[in-house]
Amino acid sequence: MSNKEWPLWEVFIRSKQGLSHKHAGSLRASDAEMAINNARDVYTRRSEGISIWVIESNKITASDPADADSLFDPSNTKVYRHPTFYDVPDGIEHM
Amino acid sequence: MTKQTALFDYLLRQADDTLILGQRLSEWCGHGPVLEEDIALTNIALDVIGQATELYEYAAQVENNGRSADDLAFLRLEREYKNVLLVEQTNGDFGKTMVRQFLFDNFQLLHYTQLLNSADAQVAAIAEKSLKEVKYHLKHSAEWIIRLGDGTEESHNRVQESVNELMRFADELFFKNEVNEVLLSEGVIGNIEDFKQQYYQNVNKILLEATLTIPELKYHQKGGRIGNHSEQMGFLLAEMQYMQRTYPGMEW
Repeated sequence: MSNKEWPLWEVFIRSKQGLSHKHAGSLRASDAEMAINNARDVYTRRSEGISIWVIESNKITASDPADADSLFDPSNTKVYRHPTFYDVPDGIEHM
Repeated sequence: MTKQTALFDYLLRQADDTLILGQRLSEWCGHGPVLEEDIALTNIALDVIGQATELYEYAAQVENNGRSADDLAFLRLEREYKNVLLVEQTNGDFGKTMVRQFLFDNFQLLHYTQLLNSADAQVAAIAEKSLKEVKYHLKHSAEWIIRLGDGTEESHNRVQESVNELMRFADELFFKNEVNEVLLSEGVIGNIEDFKQQYYQNVNKILLEATLTIPELKYHQKGGRIGNHSEQMGFLLAEMQYMQRTYPGMEW
């Protein structure tokens, strides 16, 4: 019997509110079709979603935490990139 | 035979099929081969038990004799259960459970599709709701048959063995007697034989895709529909009915 583990997949679910797909978690499956089925069973059994994306975890390229300094810190000092110099008129929602 | 008696009997057949299968599937809870499949099997178990609930509730209403859906589900004797032998067969390995499921899902899909045209609005509504679930069940089981059959040498041999063992139970799904005649003439059900050929075509297509051999059957095993169950049925009922029999009317 083969004891090789199935590859890991990352699951993204779009909720009913029509927002973009959000990372829901991960699971194991032997192929994409099984990953969709499993995602349906594991992550949408309480009607959490209307659309599922799956991608093999090893296809994702992640930023290296060690590079955080050069990647993210420079933007800290650039306050002018934030639209904070405007007065938001009363009655504007979702800002 | 009155239409009422026939309808009650017919509803019990479908209700018992789904309840007993649900009971079998729920035995997998916590024992699935992988976490994802454990949840899938439990979901399917809940789906079919949900179908059973609706069918028993309607059956109780049709019988109109003071018995509740729970009474029908839990307080009958073995010989009074009308489920086909297929669904009471033991789980075996995961492959065997999938073969049993696959043979049943294929039937349910065609059967419920036919019942969409039922003259009985309640029957048509149950069929419509259940169909959505059944389509997924079939997708799930058919994919597994292909994966296991066209998988490793071991998975192929094991699933082939289960096909050889369970195929003889498929024919009973097409059981017919006076009940069918009465309901057919009232337009409550269609002619079950109309989709028998289609059933075997669909089943065989997937079996061939899974590189499996379609067994040549010399005989078909049947008896469940008239209450003659296989020996494992008693054990299943003992476990399933224990709570209601020990604490009658218990609720939680």
